[in-house]
Amino acid sequence: MIESWPILSILIFLPIFGAFLILLIPNKINQEGEILKNSTTNIKLVSLWTSIMTFLMTLLLSLKFNYTEKQYQFIEFYEWVPSLGIVYRVGLDGLSLPFIVLTAFLVPICILCSWNTIQHKIKEFMISFLILEAFIIGMFSALDIVVFYIFFEAVLIPMFLIIGIWGGVERIYASFKFFLYTLLGSVLMLIAIIYIIGTTGTSDLIQVLDYDFSKTEQLLLFLGFFFSFAVKVPMWPFHTWLPDAHVQAPTAGSIILAGILLKMGGYGFLRFSLPLFPDASLFYQPYIFFLSCVAIVYTSFVAFAQQDIKKLIAYSSVAHMGFVTIGIFCFNTQGLDGAVFQMVSHGIISGALFLAIGVIYERTHTRDINKLGDFATTMPKYSVFLMFFTLGSVGLPGTSGFIGEVLVLIGSWKVNPLVAIISGFSLILGAIYMLRFYRKISFGISENQDKYEIHDVNIREFMILIPLVIFIILFGIFPNIVLNFLKVPHFLILETFK
Amino acid sequence: MYNLIIFLPLIGAILSWILGNRFSSIPTYIVSISCLFLSMIISWIAFYDIAILKNDFEGASLPWINSGEFKALWEFNFDTLSCVMFLVVNTVSAMVHLYSVGYMSHDKSKSRFMAYLSFFTFAMLMLVSSNNLLQLFFGWEGVGVASYLLIGFWYNKKSATSAAVKAFLVNRVGDLGFILGLIFVYAYFDTIMFERIFELAPSMMDVSIVVFNNKLNVIELSCFLLFIGAMGKSAQLFLHTWLPDAMEGPTPVSALIHAATMVTAGVFMVCKLSPLFEYAPNVLTFITLIGALTALFASTIALTQFDIKRVIAYSTCSQLGYMFFAVGLSAYPAAMFHLTTHAFFKALLFLGAGSVIHGLSNEQDMRKMGGCFKKLPVTYILIWIGSLALAGIPFFAGYYSKDMILEVAFASDSQIGYFAFICGCLAAVLTAFYSWRLIYLTFHGDFKGNKSTYDKIHESPLAMLLPLFVLAFGAVFSGWFFKEMFIGVNWDYFWSNSIFILTGNEAIYKAHNVPKWVKLLPIVLAIIGISIATVFYVLIPDLPSRVSKAFRVLHTLFYNKWYFDEIYNYLFVKPIKIFSVFCWNIIDKKIIDGIGPNGISSKVFSLSKISSKIHTGYVYHYSFSMFIGLALLTLILLYNLQVN
Repeated sequence: MIESWPILSILIFLPIFGAFLILLIPNKINQEGEILKNSTTNIKLVSLWTSIMTFLMTLLLSLKFNYTEKQYQFIEFYEWVPSLGIVYRVGLDGLSLPFIVLTAFLVPICILCSWNTIQHKIKEFMISFLILEAFIIGMFSALDIVVFYIFFEAVLIPMFLIIGIWGGVERIYASFKFFLYTLLGSVLMLIAIIYIIGTTGTSDLIQVLDYDFSKTEQLLLFLGFFFSFAVKVPMWPFHTWLPDAHVQAPTAGSIILAGILLKMGGYGFLRFSLPLFPDASLFYQPYIFFLSCVAIVYTSFVAFAQQDIKKLIAYSSVAHMGFVTIGIFCFNTQGLDGAVFQMVSHGIISGALFLAIGVIYERTHTRDINKLGDFATTMPKYSVFLMFFTLGSVGLPGTSGFIGEVLVLIGSWKVNPLVAIISGFSLILGAIYMLRFYRKISFGISENQDKYEIHDVNIREFMILIPLVIFIILFGIFPNIVLNFLKVPHFLILETFK
Repeated sequence: MYNLIIFLPLIGAILSWILGNRFSSIPTYIVSISCLFLSMIISWIAFYDIAILKNDFEGASLPWINSGEFKALWEFNFDTLSCVMFLVVNTVSAMVHLYSVGYMSHDKSKSRFMAYLSFFTFAMLMLVSSNNLLQLFFGWEGVGVASYLLIGFWYNKKSATSAAVKAFLVNRVGDLGFILGLIFVYAYFDTIMFERIFELAPSMMDVSIVVFNNKLNVIELSCFLLFIGAMGKSAQLFLHTWLPDAMEGPTPVSALIHAATMVTAGVFMVCKLSPLFEYAPNVLTFITLIGALTALFASTIALTQFDIKRVIAYSTCSQLGYMFFAVGLSAYPAAMFHLTTHAFFKALLFLGAGSVIHGLSNEQDMRKMGGCFKKLPVTYILIWIGSLALAGIPFFAGYYSKDMILEVAFASDSQIGYFAFICGCLAAVLTAFYSWRLIYLTFHGDFKGNKSTYDKIHESPLAMLLPLFVLAFGAVFSGWFFKEMFIGVNWDYFWSNSIFILTGNEAIYKAHNVPKWVKLLPIVLAIIGISIATVFYVLIPDLPSRVSKAFRVLHTLFYNKWYFDEIYNYLFVKPIKIFSVFCWNIIDKKIIDGIGPNGISSKVFSLSKISSKIHTGYVYHYSFSMFIGLALLTLILLYNLQVN
């Protein structure tokens, strides 16, 4: 029975439905005009349960998913704009499913971590978060280029709001910078999409995939998509929006930004750039390798110079995403597997690191690395968690961070050993800045320690941090859980290169 | 059942960590120590069963990474080599666990310490039991992390945390070499499984690649890269700087990790990969060279140090050098033999030193010791035993193994062999000298510290002495016990297929037939070293200062550890700091942001200022511009008409 249900659409619209329910919850106001606490608790609970239900549904989907099927699964389509041939068409393959599960996994964590930190406009915050989740899932499951574009751009709206309303002091500058970069990409991508619809006469991704673009068309269209994706990844030198956005965003915003939004770029490359424009991808390969190598080495140095711990992690994200772009443009199984695995693992690890930073920011109200210290004494449990996340970020074997890196290194060695050697240096450079980070925070003596009331992680924080640790280790020891999904889609992508 | 050898310590680590959070330290001790002792007993059984009786045992196996044709497994290998390592690692580790109960009794985070120690043991066992390069790397990095955590165990001590970070980073430099070697092997052998690599090695002998117009042999290159990893882990010359600093950690850690087990991982790795390294003669020569230089170099530093643990640390570094030049001369059994005996006597020396430090309320400076033998009689005897073994006095463990290595060096009959022989002989004199210098400074003469400290000196409790007795037993008898198996006439039966020696590299066969004087030389050298030390520190006590003044340049060089730290600081640490600030402040903030978003927004602002000047508000300005526009339109229209 369940097979005939529009299960994917239910998944996409479930968070929106939850957001609608939240809208109906009235804000009870007492005589002084303050919002009563129990009404906000209801709001939080509804959004938490909505997101948990969504997560369970994604798990259901991945259980019912067939690894060996070459077609898209759970396909649904409804006529939308018949005159332009635009069809609401969604479906899943092994490439999109891990990202959807990751999204649905991170959103409840985000909601839980904003439980007490978001004090004002809690209703609006939860609504924007759920809508954000719906858009992201929609984007990962879109099979129509126009539908993809709409979701891809729509994701930015709640994100702007989250940074711009609940962000830090310089949130306006950060969202402006974020906007300026993404605008550049969006405009070019729109032009490319219009051209594709014009020449092929359809916006159905499956049909467009069969169309052979000429070499010149490919070269230009590739660039049209490239800027949009490169800004999202972000690739060097389009990365400077990321540190600012992270620093200003609230913790939950940072988690989603690092965990999911950055993956939209890599996903876009795999879904569109590679299969649609194989010749152009081959042509641009050396340039992308160059930018990625610069990203890995250069941003590692920049991360080392940071005083703000959020900026430090933001720059380390750029370095880690350098591995993703290298892996994608290796055009071999290990490279692609490594790239996607690195994205999933980075989603968990960087999300965890931002969460961890949020935990201490709540207590100390500072992110200055020189003002923090000695959490190993004051928060022993916390520092154990942070150790796990740090080691994951450093790419220690046994954590998920290692698998992605080593697969990408293997994949890139086959194509260009020099790239593998240069990116291999991140093994050392990553350790340099992450160990400095950990040492400054957990060890040593804090300058103004007695100013703060420091208590160790509470039960709510413990419950969010534990699943992250479990997944980091689980994926490090049994990476095949993720890699099995990727076999068929990567095989199909590589087919276009033969 | 033998799989338990590997997983019992992990279970111990997890349980003691969980228990430690909830209960007092007693259950932690019971759990972690019983896990370790059980594991030790099983590894002795496994040694008897697999290494001696030659029964086969298939370890467990699980898939790890499947990506296209790249496959890695979690798989455990039980051959003679791994069984020897199980025995060494678990025996020393169990003793160190037991010792820690006494040594850490005043510390507030005992359970954390036990958990780390057990975790280290697990990682080390993963390393020695692995059946492919990637799992080896898992253990390799795992022991690195455990070492990082344990060096920085006292995290409020600045020197401890910086030593921990340094150890991790220097090791990572080596690890980069290792992982690149792994990838290189995979790229040309299409597998990371040891068995397949060893099968293919002979056929890959002549395969070479061209890099910048130089032909490089594939096996040579991959072995070289892997050896860089070994240099980092085993603290060989150029990557040795972390080991002395690692002494900031608690003493049981130094005994277990930085003397007996982790630092020997490099030696183990090369022995394990002997079927590959045998086809890389140039790399073997390089290994011999590095090993010989390290043996000599580290012992020169040990002559002048005053920190009791640092002396032993440099001594470890030097002994590892011996093992490496044995490996480089294809005498893998001799290297493994020395590894085993060294594990016992060096752990004994470290734990003995720990007993001294414990007794003297954490004093490590030998200049503040002296005359302690009356107060610490048991420790005194134990340190004597350890030093006798280290110096290579007959019938103690070190005698058999060191003697063998020097004989091999002589018998190899090559330039590099003689070079190693000379370095080894010189280092042997120095070894004996600094060992007795340590004994004399610590236990003889007058006490040079506070009177009140002297009164408080106490012999260690039984929990600390008991493991010392076991290790002392090993330091005395392990040489005699293992000699026939490891390097006796039937050594190739004992090691069976876990070690491979190419025909032509048979220095080890010839070692038994060296001239009589070579066999006697090590004893003579050791006695010379001991006598010099006696003259310097007992008979003529002001001689050391006179000699150090006479050879001021050498003394300063040795005392400052050949200035390696300073040079590295100048070459790497400072430039990295300067460059990273430059990248951030100049490139990121000024150039990229300046041209990118900030540049565009400021351009928009200035352009709009210019364009706003057009909007003057005067009707005649507007009508004039309308007139120009109309004129232009007409012109275009006329032009188009003409063209058509």
